[in-house]
Amino acid sequence: MSVRPHHADTAQAVAEYALGLGDDALILAQRLGQWIANAPEIEEDIALGNIALDLLGHARGLLSYAGTALGRSEDDLAYFRDEAEFRCRQLFEQPNGDFAQTIARQLIASVYFDQLYRQLTTSADPTLAAIAAKAVKEVDYHLDHSTQWLLRLGLGTEESHRRMQRGLDAMWPFADELFREEPQAAALPGIAADSARMRAAFDALVPTLIEDAGLSVPTTAPARGGGRDGVHSEAFGPLLAEMQVLARAHPGASW
Amino acid sequence: MVTLAPDIEAEARPLPTNDADRAAWAIAATVCDPEVPVLTIEDLGVLRSVTVSADAVVVQITPTYSGCPAVDAMRDDIVTALTLHGYTVARVDVVLAPAWTTDWLSAAGAAKLEEYGIAAPAPRTPGGAVSLGLGIRCPHCGSLHTREVSRFGSTSCKALYECQRCHEPFDYFKAH
Repeated sequence: MSVRPHHADTAQAVAEYALGLGDDALILAQRLGQWIANAPEIEEDIALGNIALDLLGHARGLLSYAGTALGRSEDDLAYFRDEAEFRCRQLFEQPNGDFAQTIARQLIASVYFDQLYRQLTTSADPTLAAIAAKAVKEVDYHLDHSTQWLLRLGLGTEESHRRMQRGLDAMWPFADELFREEPQAAALPGIAADSARMRAAFDALVPTLIEDAGLSVPTTAPARGGGRDGVHSEAFGPLLAEMQVLARAHPGASW
Repeated sequence: MVTLAPDIEAEARPLPTNDADRAAWAIAATVCDPEVPVLTIEDLGVLRSVTVSADAVVVQITPTYSGCPAVDAMRDDIVTALTLHGYTVARVDVVLAPAWTTDWLSAAGAAKLEEYGIAAPAPRTPGGAVSLGLGIRCPHCGSLHTREVSRFGSTSCKALYECQRCHEPFDYFKAH
């Protein structure tokens, strides 16, 4: 499984692109893992843990692939890069907040991943297409899970409705960045996903879901973003420290 | 007992055509899924190819789910099984395409699952205007009066159900 396009430039661009996508999945998996044993009910411990596991699987495939061109292993990329070297978009590193905020973040993320992987199943890059073909089936469950909770909380009690709206309002500014054109993707027509098409699909689906749940589509302005350039929010440092501490304390250790 | 259509069976278990590969396939095929120990990797459709050359055996497997941790255990178990049978150099590669589906589960595998207390996957239904799920049969008492408790269960490939008749919880191997 190594990057095999025609030019070294393309191979490098594919690797950078896969690195960004891998980081998105890895960091959201790490955030979701923090719910295990803290979720409101045991079924949610299991659900959020399973969703995290799927995302970690996607991250491993993408980071291993990126690493073939960058000369680094998946573990090396995950544990031995610093904040500014991570390419994840800022939505994925946002704090869990309460359960409703996590669901809001997961809903936005799942719609994005669903569109991304659907497109990548027809990518001209066979490895990206193969990773996507597996991922798309798994993300389908994630999207269903978020949608069901959005409805349940939005149409539930006054308190659950209030919290779900607050969660959406807090996460909404980070949706815009997901659909901004990145230079690596623009240089890879037929290989990378088309951001404009993804945004159109998001705009066609998400407001309808929100309104079906009796909630209002937030009007909060987009956040500045910059995750693909290594610009991250304050919450990212502590998340990374927790994720990397063991590997850095015992380099090369395995179990 | 339902058996798979011949074309699905060929896709699920692409058996080698020469004797040397077939002999090694038969050994690799005995390895079980550590999380569902009644199923072999052949039953699951996880075993994709076995190729014997002068200097090594190369086995290809495909994961059921992207994050499935059983893949690493299966890889080790395949190497161990082949080594025990005198194949000194064995390598296991993970391939992602074609993507695994529960349609590849063998009829024998489905029967073993039920006996083990896990409901076998229903046929996959393509999404239409109305999403209609078939009732999942309780592996304990056979009732169709069952309820999904959680789409996610003890492993990536299972959901958690509860029988409304005998009130036992059970795992359902998700159609995927």
